[in-house]
Amino acid sequence: MARRNAPKVLLINTAQRIGSVCLLALGAAAHAAAPTTALIEGGRFETVLPPTPDTKTTQVAPFRLDRALVSNADFARFVKATPQWRRDRVARLFADEQYLSHWASAAAPGADIARQPVTHVSWFAASAYCEARGQRLPRWYEWELAAAASETERDARANSEWRQRILDWYSTSARSKLPDAGASPANYYGVRDLHGVAWEWVEDVGGIFVSEDSRGQQDVSLQKFCGAGALDLEQKENFEMLMRVAMLSSMKPPYTSGSMGFRCAADAGAAP
Amino acid sequence: MRVATALLALLCMPVLAGDPSTSLYQLHEKLDAQDGRAIGLDVNRGQPTLITMFYASCPDTCPLIVETLRDIERNLDAAQRQQLRVLMVSFDTERDTPQALAALAETRHIDTSRWTLAHADEAAVRRIAAALNVQYRRMPNGTFSHSTQITVLGRNGEIAYQSVVLGHADTELLRALRAQ
Repeated sequence: MARRNAPKVLLINTAQRIGSVCLLALGAAAHAAAPTTALIEGGRFETVLPPTPDTKTTQVAPFRLDRALVSNADFARFVKATPQWRRDRVARLFADEQYLSHWASAAAPGADIARQPVTHVSWFAASAYCEARGQRLPRWYEWELAAAASETERDARANSEWRQRILDWYSTSARSKLPDAGASPANYYGVRDLHGVAWEWVEDVGGIFVSEDSRGQQDVSLQKFCGAGALDLEQKENFEMLMRVAMLSSMKPPYTSGSMGFRCAADAGAAP
Repeated sequence: MRVATALLALLCMPVLAGDPSTSLYQLHEKLDAQDGRAIGLDVNRGQPTLITMFYASCPDTCPLIVETLRDIERNLDAAQRQQLRVLMVSFDTERDTPQALAALAETRHIDTSRWTLAHADEAAVRRIAAALNVQYRRMPNGTFSHSTQITVLGRNGEIAYQSVVLGHADTELLRALRAQ
């Protein structure tokens, strides 16, 4: 099975690469190869997850973010190079029993889903993938800042039409098939798939929902956050972000989900 | 016969050699103990261990963690107490250097022949916290907001029990510990 699938996966990747190179050649001839990450300048940013009850904004340092979600084919290459992340070898400490359960075999996803974003991956597996690339998962504030952009605006959160489009995705409950990774329109920064495709792991998933007072925090912090979140619901777009936050806070690091994928990020100084 | 035995030994080897799939010792991290020793999470392999995360400059919870660990020890008989090991891993990658941890051990009269205070880099701290299901976040003022729990590790690093009880020894935790 694995042997039969491998050349197809390779072919698809080559096609993808050629495709992105062509796209880039049309846009800017300066680069020889398509950069897989976009540079995002960061800045002071109003967040749905205030660092403290009195601070509504946070400072995000410049960073690089993958333009698309990591695909099954991408992840298959990682698994091949580091077999301890195969679904039949992974330690249960790092991934639950549904890890890569949608793949055709332990080594390969199957050609039909090769280009789709990889899902059924745990935080540990996603982190290890990015680390193998010399990168890391994006932090929540980085992700939130990048996702505030529409195709044309750096911060489109006040744009009601754009907001509605995003919210529509959440009301579409029966999505039978994931779109291919990188198939959605590029936003202001040239980043795709931030909305309407999958939930995404963030590096600091364990830091979401933590209250100041750590005693008895599991329940208290959840209520405390939800309370504060509800107060912030003057703008509709926060609803989408709060859903993301709620989803992330419910995911423990070894958990996997068929609607949870990831992309990698790096500090701005890192190579594209 | 000899071939069959060899074959059997080969077949069994991965099972015998490895830690349980859910063992914390599946996580291979580099830590620095308060005395400067380079250690792994499995520094207390073969002995029942209490592992917890903390940071030295924490005003309230951390002194309470030390007191809770002491109360757990007081509830064990002498032989069990002698067997027990404690590993405290700091969130504070910047300030909790081995030297700072050694100073804390001295101030708090911690018996470092059985207790280890450890520093690790940020990525390692993140993975250790994730494996223990400890939530934490560095606050803008340099403190940490974190969940507190004490985890009982079996001799091979298996997570036997996790308690969020602070201030006194959790009877369920003691039961799990005595079963190790």
